[in-house]
Amino acid sequence: MMRLSKLAGGGAAIALTALSAAPAWAQAPAPALVVNKGDTAWMLVSTVLVTMMIVPGLALFYGGLTRAKNMLSTMTQIGAVACLAMLIWVMYGYTMAFGDGGNDIISGFGKAFLAGITPDSVAATFTAGVGIPEYVFVCFQMTFAAITIALVLGSVVERMKFSAVMVFGAVWLTIVYFPIAHMVWASGGLFFKMGALDFAGGTVVHINAGVSALVASLILGKRLGYPTERIVPHSLTLTGVGTGLLWVGWFGFNAGSALEANGSAALAMINTFVATAAGGLFWMLAERLNGHKGSALGFCSGIIAGLVAVTPAAGNSGPFGAIVLGAVASIICFYAVSVLKPKLGYDDALDAFGVHGVGGIVGAIGTAIVYAPSLGGPGKPDYAIGHQLTTQLIAVVTTIIWAAIGTVIATFIAKAVTGLRVSADVEREGLDLGEHGERAYNS
Amino acid sequence: MKLVIAIIKPFKLDEVREALTTVGVAGMTVSEVKGFGRQKGQTEIYRGAEYSTNMVPKIKIEVVCASDVADRVVEAVQAAANTGAIGDGKIFVLDVGQAVRIRTGETDDTAL
Repeated sequence: MMRLSKLAGGGAAIALTALSAAPAWAQAPAPALVVNKGDTAWMLVSTVLVTMMIVPGLALFYGGLTRAKNMLSTMTQIGAVACLAMLIWVMYGYTMAFGDGGNDIISGFGKAFLAGITPDSVAATFTAGVGIPEYVFVCFQMTFAAITIALVLGSVVERMKFSAVMVFGAVWLTIVYFPIAHMVWASGGLFFKMGALDFAGGTVVHINAGVSALVASLILGKRLGYPTERIVPHSLTLTGVGTGLLWVGWFGFNAGSALEANGSAALAMINTFVATAAGGLFWMLAERLNGHKGSALGFCSGIIAGLVAVTPAAGNSGPFGAIVLGAVASIICFYAVSVLKPKLGYDDALDAFGVHGVGGIVGAIGTAIVYAPSLGGPGKPDYAIGHQLTTQLIAVVTTIIWAAIGTVIATFIAKAVTGLRVSADVEREGLDLGEHGERAYNS
Repeated sequence: MKLVIAIIKPFKLDEVREALTTVGVAGMTVSEVKGFGRQKGQTEIYRGAEYSTNMVPKIKIEVVCASDVADRVVEAVQAAANTGAIGDGKIFVLDVGQAVRIRTGETDDTAL
């Protein structure tokens, strides 16, 4: 149990909590958890850092990539869907992912509306006997749910109704995100029991969001004028600002997933530095090798690709494994976005699939390799790459199938309730005015 | 009186302005414009998607001067805006029928 919990993300914590909070009739009462104030402080900070990734981070990153007439629409969709995720999380999301009992797919509903959780409730960390307040764990995991649904929107902006975004978000979180978070991170979850490695959400967040983004954009259809008209980012300056905020926030995302202020968090931190640095530079290198100039957008995209790839590997790799992972993921994402997408002709508006989906898959599979102690990873000496690779592949493929089917259902429900897509007139005029009655820029 | 219209590369504006001041030009109008000539445009690449724009940003200068200095004005602009590369721009000279300074009501050459 503890070996597994060291490998995986936060899920084990809550399983231990369940034990520690076990009623008097439990056979062997678990030792009482002592709240560590240093760990708690770090987790409070990490949680806020992840929030910074959403608004302003992702809102600016995505907003800058859209046309000026859709800037506010993009920012508003991201902010609103994140708020929706937070409310749903405390109502029934947390209990579905990390509640009591349950099965391989979801937890029980005993903690619906945070029933039974008080300021004295403690969630375990990965060290025996050490805990953090359960409210902190609830909040930390809540920010993951919020950013994941926001990431999905990257493929469907500039044409999806605001109301459709909200309906889609509610259904998608319920049938896709909560079960996958449970499967990967909760000790009773399917992938967790298999021993799948996912330190900070390569599978749960990035593959999940990326594949869902692709499926949603396929159902929604291309933007008017794509790919013949000139549809270019309206402000790479804002995209650059968003990239910086995402990188900073990602330290909370990755190093926070250690659940403690310790060496595992430090490893996740250094990996989040160096994999990202490699990602940023190698995308530009790929551009040069393909006869283009090294571009600012390429730099930003590479940064994100590196961050995505290192997410599952953050505490599961040595620094040099992380560098290789960031570099490889960046180059593969470059080809996914610049060659694969035009060839297949789908309109993944902001490359949510090309960067998060593809980068997440490379990261999740690569984690099995860089975990090996012979490559500088933190694995035990008897670690077998081949076996772990199979486990990772099963988790990845299952996640892809689950996310794809769930997204089809969520999208069609949104279509039935709201009509899904704005009218052609609104799309031409821009969703800022058409859906929100405002302009981003008044001069 | 002549109207000299010059379309030049944006970064040549300061040099052209200096050259025109030496020739004795007292005022000019400058606009940021877009267009194309033999320099057909440029290509932008965003994440592998290529967009060729056929409009290139340029600066348009308009100077009205006395007929006898028009040639020197043209020469000054031509010399200052020249880089030898494609897209350096063009100069047009037109006749001007009348000029009035709004504040004083002065007309023609004295109004310039």
